[in-house]
Amino acid sequence: MDLFLHQVLAGLATGGIYACMALAIVMIYQAIDHLNFAQGEMAMFSTFIAWQLMQWGLPYWVAFVATIVISFAAGVLLEQTVLRPLHGAPVLSHIVVFIALFAILNSAAGFIWDYTVKPFPTPFGTQPLFGQGLMSAHDGGMIAVTLIILVLLYLFFRHTRIGLAMRAAAANPASARLVGIRVGWMVALGWGMAAAIGAVAGMLIAPVVFLEPNMMISILLYGFAGAVVGGLTSPLGAVIGGFSVGVIENLAGTFIPYVGREMKLTIALALIVAVLTVKPSGLLGRRVMTRV
Amino acid sequence: MSDVLLSTRNLHAFYGNLQVLHGLDFSIATGGVTTLLGANGAGKTTTLRALTGMVRTRGDIVFGGRAIGGFATEDIARLGIAHVPEGRGTFSRMTAEENLQLGAMTRGDRRGIAADIERVYAYFPRLAERKNQQAGTLSVGEQQMLAIARALMLRPKLMLLDEPSFGLAPRIVEEMFVILRRLNQEEGVALMLVEQNAALALELADQASLIETGRLVMAGPAQDIGRDENVRRAYLGY
Ligand SMILES: Nc1ncnc2c1ncn2[C@@H]1O[C@H](COP(=O)(O)OP(=O)(O)OP(=O)(O)O)[C@@H](O)[C@H]1O
Ligand SMILES: [Mg+2]
Repeated sequence: MDLFLHQVLAGLATGGIYACMALAIVMIYQAIDHLNFAQGEMAMFSTFIAWQLMQWGLPYWVAFVATIVISFAAGVLLEQTVLRPLHGAPVLSHIVVFIALFAILNSAAGFIWDYTVKPFPTPFGTQPLFGQGLMSAHDGGMIAVTLIILVLLYLFFRHTRIGLAMRAAAANPASARLVGIRVGWMVALGWGMAAAIGAVAGMLIAPVVFLEPNMMISILLYGFAGAVVGGLTSPLGAVIGGFSVGVIENLAGTFIPYVGREMKLTIALALIVAVLTVKPSGLLGRRVMTRV
Repeated sequence: MSDVLLSTRNLHAFYGNLQVLHGLDFSIATGGVTTLLGANGAGKTTTLRALTGMVRTRGDIVFGGRAIGGFATEDIARLGIAHVPEGRGTFSRMTAEENLQLGAMTRGDRRGIAADIERVYAYFPRLAERKNQQAGTLSVGEQQMLAIARALMLRPKLMLLDEPSFGLAPRIVEEMFVILRRLNQEEGVALMLVEQNAALALELADQASLIETGRLVMAGPAQDIGRDENVRRAYLGY
């Protein structure tokens, strides 16, 4: 039982990483109805910016906030310049652009900052939280930040007019225009917010996995797993999904024989398939009820 | 009554390269009720879409003295044209009240909006009972009421209604037309009404236009149009 609890705790720690990433994925998905394959690389690039700012001597929190602001602006700019012209283009065009973006950001980071692995500081410290090093103070901090973002997003979407406008623009752009909502701006805002959340995720993940251009590749897959399990349309679902993926992969690795580290990713993917088979809309995905 | 709120000159509309409207000239009076009649596929929906920038157009559209041809849909809405589209355009995942909030998205006056929501509920008491229900689960009639209520939240000068009676029981249709008349008289909203139910539409309207395959073939006072023999045979069934 003790072992079980410990493994759950350790799973929550890694799950925090996935949850953070899943949150960013869902944000974009809500805004544009596509999964952004370059999301992880955007987060990685933001993290390098934070690292660079700190190299130039800025204190951690100043660099943290500056990176969020820069990432938000870059997300908006990216939407306006690269994705706006694609409006109404087939899904395949979007996928090609996302893949291109992925490759460009990855090699640009490698070119500017090279591929050597760099340590990234944590503001929370690395001392164990519950003894035995199952969850560190940093893991705890990461989970706390993820939950804070979730609450902020909830408040934003439920209780502000602009949040309502963003939801409307994503759900029904034609009707949104008819009530005077500037749908293009809402989509750009969604990209900015997703880039900013991705930046937070990257900066929190980097102390764990270390900073290098490929740091986000496997994490993005887990993030997708979390987002899909949670239902893709619900920020809360994404967070729950992310934590579940972390916990389940950890438990499977401990309690099911032959599931070693190499098999963990398989577990995550099997989980996606299992959830989608039983509940196609994901755990908290909305089954849209409509009458015709 | 007689000053012109909206007028078009030589209005063309296109879906891609397909031309659907071939030079329409018509006008809508301030505070008036105009109905647009025509067979299926004549271009009624397209005409409304052209007025709110939802399709590519050529020609002039003047609203309140301003040329709005080529304007973005959201900017036209901001000028005070509320379009209740074919299919109602409900934000189906949101509550009825959120739909009303969205209708007022162009406005900044919180208090005015809250007051208007109450005013709209007075017109549509059934919506007040269902205000926290997911809009997609409302009955067809309730959704149509909600669509009109949402349009009203814009405080429009002109409301475009695309077949508001579609799919509604006769009793509900009559109820709705009573409300439309009140909106026109009490709120001073001009209406442009596209209807299958020509008899009811002609009763409510003071002006009527008839289009066939994207061309205006007849326009005038609703009473005269209603008396025209061809119109009677084709649209009124007697
Ligand atoms: N999205 C579209 N793309 C291409 N052609 C279209 C589109 N929408 C309508 N059309 C065509 O434009 C013409 C006019 O259509 P419109 O919807 O305006 O007719 P309508 O008078 O509203 O008909 P109904 O009474 O059936 O609603 C039709 O020939 C139709 O096929
Ligand atoms: Mg139509």
